[in-house]
Amino acid sequence: MTDHLTPPDENSAPDPSSIAVSAPLRGNSLWSDAWRRLKKNRFAVAGGIMLVLVIVICWVGPLILAAQDINAEDTNPALANRPPSGAHWFGTDELGRSYLARVLVGGQMSLLIGLVATITSIVIGVFYGAISGYYGGKLDEVMMRAVDFFYGIPYMFLVILIMLMFPPDSDAGPLPIFFALGVVQWLTVARIVRGQVLTLRGQEFVEAARVLGASDMRIIVRHILPNIISVVVIYATLTVPAVILLESFLSFLGLGAGLTWGLLVSEGLSVVNPVESYWWRLLFPSIFLALTLFSLNFMGDGLRDALDPKTRKE
Amino acid sequence: MRGALIIVGTIAALLILGVGLWAGWGEAAVLLVGGIFIASMLWYPPALMRAVGSLLLAVFLYVFLQTVAGPAVGAVVAIGVAALAWWLLPGRVHRRIGFMVPSMVLLVFVTTILMYKAPGSPFAAEKQTTQQALEAQAKKFKVEKTPLAFFSTYMQGLMFEGTMGLSVKVQGRTVEQLLLPALPVSMSLGLLALVIATALGLFLGVRAGLRPNSAADYSSMGLAMIGISLPNFVIGAVLLILFSYWLKWLPVAGWGSYGHLILPSITLALPYAAYIARLSRNGTIEVMQQDYIRTARAKGLSERAVVLKHALKGAVLPVVSFLGPAAAGIFTGSFVVETLFAVPGMGQWFVKSALARDYSVVLGTAIIYFTIITLFNLLVDFAYAWIDPRVREEL
Repeated sequence: MTDHLTPPDENSAPDPSSIAVSAPLRGNSLWSDAWRRLKKNRFAVAGGIMLVLVIVICWVGPLILAAQDINAEDTNPALANRPPSGAHWFGTDELGRSYLARVLVGGQMSLLIGLVATITSIVIGVFYGAISGYYGGKLDEVMMRAVDFFYGIPYMFLVILIMLMFPPDSDAGPLPIFFALGVVQWLTVARIVRGQVLTLRGQEFVEAARVLGASDMRIIVRHILPNIISVVVIYATLTVPAVILLESFLSFLGLGAGLTWGLLVSEGLSVVNPVESYWWRLLFPSIFLALTLFSLNFMGDGLRDALDPKTRKE
Repeated sequence: MRGALIIVGTIAALLILGVGLWAGWGEAAVLLVGGIFIASMLWYPPALMRAVGSLLLAVFLYVFLQTVAGPAVGAVVAIGVAALAWWLLPGRVHRRIGFMVPSMVLLVFVTTILMYKAPGSPFAAEKQTTQQALEAQAKKFKVEKTPLAFFSTYMQGLMFEGTMGLSVKVQGRTVEQLLLPALPVSMSLGLLALVIATALGLFLGVRAGLRPNSAADYSSMGLAMIGISLPNFVIGAVLLILFSYWLKWLPVAGWGSYGHLILPSITLALPYAAYIARLSRNGTIEVMQQDYIRTARAKGLSERAVVLKHALKGAVLPVVSFLGPAAAGIFTGSFVVETLFAVPGMGQWFVKSALARDYSVVLGTAIIYFTIITLFNLLVDFAYAWIDPRVREEL
């Protein structure tokens, strides 16, 4: 029952009407308030619509193209390096592959990497941070010291070393990159969650639950986690673009996860110069990558403003 | 509490077990002992912490100085400084040093394990593949069979001979001969990028934060959004085409003149400038709502003085604490920028030697990177304490 009771700290909405007493009366909860504020934020709404569009295009587009017998890996030497035309909207690459199909299929992988690596890091980080913050004391100090330790490794350094362990021709597919990117991203989640849990665990509603005889696990899962979901959601929305960006750096260094926007952009860079300018090979994947990251960042910012009234624009 | 200890303990034990099965039991044992050593310091009484901290500082300084100035000078300076540190520095600093020095060593060890577990070997491209020839090569370059053995040989070389070993790929050169010329290149690139990021970010952020939802706000934050949403190698490539190929104002790529420094450092700085702009915008908005700003205005200060003397400090605080991670990111972000602009810096050596499995060079770059980042973090800590009196009390 208490998990919809917003704790009276400065992070919660000061509006008393946002405190719902029981489920049927939950008309003005934190979430419905946030949703109302989010809808007013034009950038966030535009970002959300754009993101949905990109996702739909990336998954439906290749199916339509496949029906016309155009696939991302179909080579056609006769059509190498053609500029955009009616038959190939985004042109072709040096093997005559349709760039439209490649950009869309690459988008699937980029978006998947962003999503899976983020979920991995969130799961590890929330688990770690919740235990560390809830129990506190020496356990907390040791666990946070471990986080500090891993923070000492620059993440690019670590990711490159992990990626080296999986040769590109191994049949693990994109799994290594999910793993490598998730491993470096959980540290910040753990810190954020731990800080939040630390402030929540001393509050009256947690004490009340404890007095009523709830176990530690139950208190963490039922009473504390629901109160930090907003922070985690904000962080997750901002991590997805960060991960997609990180993957593009790896692709640039030749350590990426195969066909992604990052790979296409890096390939595009190598063929745009004064000698040969196949501009479409840089332009189209860059546009898709940038649009997606813009949308995600705008949505993340909008969510932050909507869910965290303290930093809300006045 | 007991339940949590059991869960965390089990997971830690499983991790150690996993490392043992995967990388070898000796390696797992070293990791375990190192981890326990670092964690155990939390229980040290202040006097012991003081002694251990000074001792570790002495060891670190000795290793660092003897490569530069020789063992005799190194020993004297290291002991002198450590004695002074023991005498003068507060316990908190000893705790920091006690954490940083051993964790640096442990990080280098983790790097060694990861490197060794990556498939391939430094000699994979060699023509002669008889077992004997390979063994002779391995002996010459001190490439041992296990990560632990390699690590201990490497560390012995570093501590007692002041050398980082021979590079396998660049024949006849030691690692320090390769990296020392690259270090100032990467450092100047990184420091310039850090300065640009801070200056540009603060300018945009404070400008936006002073007038939220104005044209100034939207234009600054729009720029910042581009900075965090486009891969900087794309921005860098566009700048390169624009300024070097079309306008011909700047050299194309490479190194040697000040002109070569401009585009790479801007490219490197952009994402961080964007992030700093966002941080300082929020900081400024928050500070401007404080009572002391109202007081400052009420006593008749000009808006300029209010901002420069009172508000800026509040806006800068979150930025200062971001500078540590930013420096780490900028120094290693140069992997990409150095490749793009063909800058002969440390990042190039790291990427090249990691791909070629040139173990001693990878470890050398790791040590140098970790040292720079550790020192920089320490510096940021002090800067923070200097700006914010609340932190100074603790330090």
